[in-house]
Amino acid sequence: MNASASFQLCEPAASAHSPDVKVQFRDVYKTYGRIEVVHGVSFDINEGDFISLVGPSGCGKTTMMNMLAGFTEPDRGEVLLEGNRVTGPGPDRGVMFQDYGVFPWLTVEQNIRFGLDLRVKRGMSKEEKRETVEKYIALMRLGDFRDAWPKNLSGGMRQRLALARAYAANPHFLLMDEPFGALDAQTRSAMHDLLLGIMQSERKTALLITHSVEEAIYLSNRILVISARPSRVVEEIRVPFSDQRDRELLDTHEFIEMRRHLRDLVMQQYAQQQELR
Amino acid sequence: MQRLAEFGWRLLPFIAAITIWYLVRWSGLVDQGLLPPPHAVFVEIWRRSLDGGFLLDAWMSVRRVLLGLFFGMLLAVPVGFLIGWNRGVRRFVDPLVNFFRALPPIALIPLVIVYLGIGEVAKVAILFYAAFFAGVIVMYEGMSQINPLFVRVARTLGATDWEIFYKVIIPLTIPHVLTATRVALGVAWATLVASELVAAQNGIGAVIQNASAFFQLTTIYAGIVTIGFFALLMDSVLRAITRNFLNWQDRVAQ
Ligand SMILES: Nc1ncnc2c1ncn2[C@@H]1O[C@H](COP(=O)(O)OP(=O)(O)OP(=O)(O)O)[C@@H](O)[C@H]1O
Ligand SMILES: [Mg+2]
Repeated sequence: MNASASFQLCEPAASAHSPDVKVQFRDVYKTYGRIEVVHGVSFDINEGDFISLVGPSGCGKTTMMNMLAGFTEPDRGEVLLEGNRVTGPGPDRGVMFQDYGVFPWLTVEQNIRFGLDLRVKRGMSKEEKRETVEKYIALMRLGDFRDAWPKNLSGGMRQRLALARAYAANPHFLLMDEPFGALDAQTRSAMHDLLLGIMQSERKTALLITHSVEEAIYLSNRILVISARPSRVVEEIRVPFSDQRDRELLDTHEFIEMRRHLRDLVMQQYAQQQELR
Repeated sequence: MQRLAEFGWRLLPFIAAITIWYLVRWSGLVDQGLLPPPHAVFVEIWRRSLDGGFLLDAWMSVRRVLLGLFFGMLLAVPVGFLIGWNRGVRRFVDPLVNFFRALPPIALIPLVIVYLGIGEVAKVAILFYAAFFAGVIVMYEGMSQINPLFVRVARTLGATDWEIFYKVIIPLTIPHVLTATRVALGVAWATLVASELVAAQNGIGAVIQNASAFFQLTTIYAGIVTIGFFALLMDSVLRAITRNFLNWQDRVAQ
């Protein structure tokens, strides 16, 4: 049970739930068939955190996110959301899936509206819905394609659509699985700043899975380096930069140092994952 | 102009087929008495239509096909839905469905006569059977291919079970319903003549049967062409529906 104790980052499992701690992974294990995917992972996510998971492909990052999203249960250990065990998905946790999950039978605009239509039925005003839809169509620069079918969108546009849909539903938690992978460099940095803006203005808590070390540092206040399969938390890195960030940060000495350190750590794990194959 | 050209392209295969028909007849490969010329067949259709009897026969056949198809799909959709969605139900029902599907509907005719007699109900019942098993297979193959990711997405956007059902499952089911209907329609037409063997008094199958008793080849051909015409017409209607309602799909039947 305690094999992974050296990697535990949070307080012991018995600790009381403090109001700032929103999510707790407590000694979580998961095995698919004969493949152990997650091995004794523990960490907390605090209110307002932007936390990134970086690690080799196939190590189990999506699996961990799915546990928080409520699609997968741990075999052992538990995932707590505001002190309660996660039992299923909910609109408080918006998910941007690795393969987008854009609804092919709905147009761009209808996709973005999906979550909002549901909220209108639960009391949101039509006016607010309309404004929100327009806001995200504009932010994601999808205006020319609002009536297009997803089959006619490029990969990057589909990704932006999935982001728009997730943001528009206004969840407290944003769980994003490699959300910017299909975007060109310019669009990606625009999306980064947009996301930072949303984090600031709407007080959200985010979990990001990414393969980009730079992206992780630029967006997060904490980064978890995940090991080769089975997933363990190898190291937690606290990003010391302020919440107000812009592109100039990328050229600072501290940023470059941190990037080098993180890249080394991640490379080691990627190399081990290679050996696994 | 473009529409005209499009129409011409649609017609071309039929013109080609009729040409080959003439060529085969004139080449002498087949005894001329055994292969009536196309124009004679069309004249026969025209002549028989004028006296009204043929139209009534066609109507009876079309009605049987539509009724059999309607009731067959009415059952196939929910059943296919259920077994496509529920693994337990599928494990139980799958072998049975496959057994009955492998059974040719014609083999059931003697039983149908015993239980249902030789009336309209008996004929529709056979078409119902054929349509149901063809439709149910397509339905549940399609249903089991539905990507569960979409259900997950809807959940994270706050949809309840009922909302997921009608905002996600239904739109994803409609294409399979339409495909299943098309397949079932084809099978129903294929089974029609057999079903009209049950004490045939009217229907195009009956016309063909009677004509064959008197060796009236032209009439037999007239019946076959008429069946083909109506089968194609109905299929075209279904395809048009598919095109108009499912243009979100990657690949839409043309
Ligand atoms: N539902 C499942 N059934 C069986 N095996 C699974 C399932 N989900 C994930 N796995 C396996 O678990 C391992 C980790 O998968 P996961 O998707 O969590 O990796 P990942 O870290 O997100 O990788 P990537 O960076 O490539 O997205 C993989 O080997 C995968 O095959
Ligand atoms: Mg993944």
